[in-house]
Amino acid sequence: MKLLNVSGSPHVHGDLSVKRIMWDVNIALIPIFIVSLIFFGLDALFVSLVSVFCCVLFQWIIEKFLLKKPTSISDGSAVITGLLLAFNVPSNLPLWIVAIGAFVAIAVGKMTFGGLGKNPFNPALVGRVFLLISFPVQMTTWPKANNIFDLAQTAATTDATTGATPLALIKEAVKAGDMSVLQNLPDYWTMLIGQHGGSLGEVSAIAILIGGIYLLCRKVISWHIPVSFILSAFVFAGILHWIAPASYIAPMYHVLSGGLLLGAVFMATDMVTSPMSKSGQIVFGIGCGLLTIIIRTWGAYPEGVSFAILLMNAVTPLINKGFKPKRFAK
Amino acid sequence: MKTFPLGGIHPEENKLSTAATIEEFPLPKQVTIFLNQHLGAPATPVVEKGEKVKIGQLIAKAEAFVCANIHSPVSGSVNKIDSVKDMFGIYKNAIIIDVEGDEWVDTVDLTPTIVKDIKLSKTEIIDKIKEMGVVGLGGATFPTHIKYMIPEGKKAEYLIINAVECEPYLTSDHRVMLEHTEEIMIGVSILRKALGVEKAYIGIENNKPECIAAMTNMATQYAGIVVEPLKVKYPQGAEKQLIKAITGRNVPSGKLPIDVGCVVNNVGTALAVYDAVQKNKPLIENIMTVTGKALAQQHNYKIRIGISYNDIIEHIGGLPDDTAKIISGGPMMGKAIVNLEAPTTKGASSMLVITEKEAIRAEEKECIRCGKCMEACPMGLEPYLFSALINNGNIQDAIGEKLMDCIECGCCMFTCPANKPLLDEIRFAKNKFRQTMMQQQKK
Repeated sequence: MKLLNVSGSPHVHGDLSVKRIMWDVNIALIPIFIVSLIFFGLDALFVSLVSVFCCVLFQWIIEKFLLKKPTSISDGSAVITGLLLAFNVPSNLPLWIVAIGAFVAIAVGKMTFGGLGKNPFNPALVGRVFLLISFPVQMTTWPKANNIFDLAQTAATTDATTGATPLALIKEAVKAGDMSVLQNLPDYWTMLIGQHGGSLGEVSAIAILIGGIYLLCRKVISWHIPVSFILSAFVFAGILHWIAPASYIAPMYHVLSGGLLLGAVFMATDMVTSPMSKSGQIVFGIGCGLLTIIIRTWGAYPEGVSFAILLMNAVTPLINKGFKPKRFAK
Repeated sequence: MKTFPLGGIHPEENKLSTAATIEEFPLPKQVTIFLNQHLGAPATPVVEKGEKVKIGQLIAKAEAFVCANIHSPVSGSVNKIDSVKDMFGIYKNAIIIDVEGDEWVDTVDLTPTIVKDIKLSKTEIIDKIKEMGVVGLGGATFPTHIKYMIPEGKKAEYLIINAVECEPYLTSDHRVMLEHTEEIMIGVSILRKALGVEKAYIGIENNKPECIAAMTNMATQYAGIVVEPLKVKYPQGAEKQLIKAITGRNVPSGKLPIDVGCVVNNVGTALAVYDAVQKNKPLIENIMTVTGKALAQQHNYKIRIGISYNDIIEHIGGLPDDTAKIISGGPMMGKAIVNLEAPTTKGASSMLVITEKEAIRAEEKECIRCGKCMEACPMGLEPYLFSALINNGNIQDAIGEKLMDCIECGCCMFTCPANKPLLDEIRFAKNKFRQTMMQQQKK
């Protein structure tokens, strides 16, 4: 008779795996990808392909030649980093800059710390912020999104037109003290569907929400971080707007514009870099929301989501120490 | 529907042997009876080599406080008293009896009539339970009579009967509830009398509707016994979780159920108590599920203690080719058997055959800090943190994070997407800590 396996209990395992979780996130990113193709055409496809390809390639090279261990690219986490990085840059960004971003994201943001699970910061955001600081002009020049409902305009070439993001428009207006520019802002409906300037993944709120609902249903994320993030940003911006409507824009604009939704649903919820307990996650979300509005309103950059999330990533170990799960009989 | 609030999981139920009625397992040629088949000190043998014994005859006597009497499950002659390897390969003293015939001691009532009238008094019941060597049949095999000797200053309010059977695969409690419904009710009434309480709750998970129906129906004749259907969630059968689910009371860290006025016993124990008190029959057999996905037939056996696992395997016609693991108990908390020559002991509730496909653990990955282990933990602990601390050799900090509150239910490890051996690490640290405590006490 052959030898028996005598390992300890439990003797069965559920069907959850790291691979399944990571590929679920990739599936959830598909609607955003499709929307970016519709609005930005082939440019979006090239940026995404280069970003994903470079992320996977860099991880493979580092694992194979530097760490000399079996590769883990099939777990799908490098693909997530690639997609999220692509979704955070303008579609007309030169592809060599995209490749640099992918290198920083994977090599500096992830593999330096020991790979998936050990990185303290969201790798895609590390790459994105590096690009924003190193290539500020290229990173803040956006093409106008195609108006899919206006065939005449779609037919015309879109490469020539560049459009500022709503947030950049607002920043300029507040700085110049000339609020009349704000009349050019897209309305809420446009922003919900996605016809405004911006990075690949931040133009359509609906696509982001579809992905978010998928992740919630698959129990990959819980509501705590996205809801506390969005709600705290909304409430804080609302208070400012209520005090001085002329200087601070309506809270709904903050929520629908820029990368706030993308950040709240896909980046702040990154398991590796966010707190473990539910109470800690709410604190984390509130921190992200407040920091985003503070940076957007008073900071040098029009957009603050990336910085807000990275700053909160840095305090995650502290939050984990301070906010424990509810114990039995306590 | 009631359940416990924190954590918990829903493993695949795999109750394959639900429909298999309880069969009498044939007598073997020889049985091996360990002197220590309960929690506590070993019993002292009162028979000698060559002595003739009958079924139900006392063969080893409880002398320590936490200990239980042991009776012969067969008739025959004592072959020897020797040290024998148990199912983990550890040598323990045992009485080995060669089976001759099938002769009972004449004090046992072998008639099938159900004795409803409880004649014994409170103290007589407890003495009888002790005399008949009844131990808890839910897994821990704690001598039952001790639970009913309530310490000074404590008061029991509720008797809770654990008929949850939340472990996948196991069906012995299920069958017992269907086939011995009335005996169980009488057993519960005896236990209520021993405890001096009116109220008894029988907790049954909602995946056993026919048991709930049969028991509820029978309970109408027994005032004070309430059948409580519970929402299906593992580990509902864990003592603290069951008390919380039924009464809403919290047993604090390091305390016992009696500290919140509860005494918990397994439904199988209630049946054993009925047999002991009403029929004068000692605990000499178990109801045991023999099951597995690869087995052609699923069984529930009434089986004498001391029969070896090899005898069971032979009786069911051998093991399937892809058998990788044989477990005593359920797949979540049961223990893998190392030595199949070992005999079964009191409280052996199943022999579970696990195939290679189920048994092989997937490759361990890096923790991705998803927090699923914390969500699954019914005690509200942080298994990922234990793992990190223990792997850094920092057991003391893990103890500070309430490591000793872990009930070893396995929810964290079952859930972990990175396939971390969380419970292996936790068990290692707990044992290490107990060792250091013992060494300190010696000094």
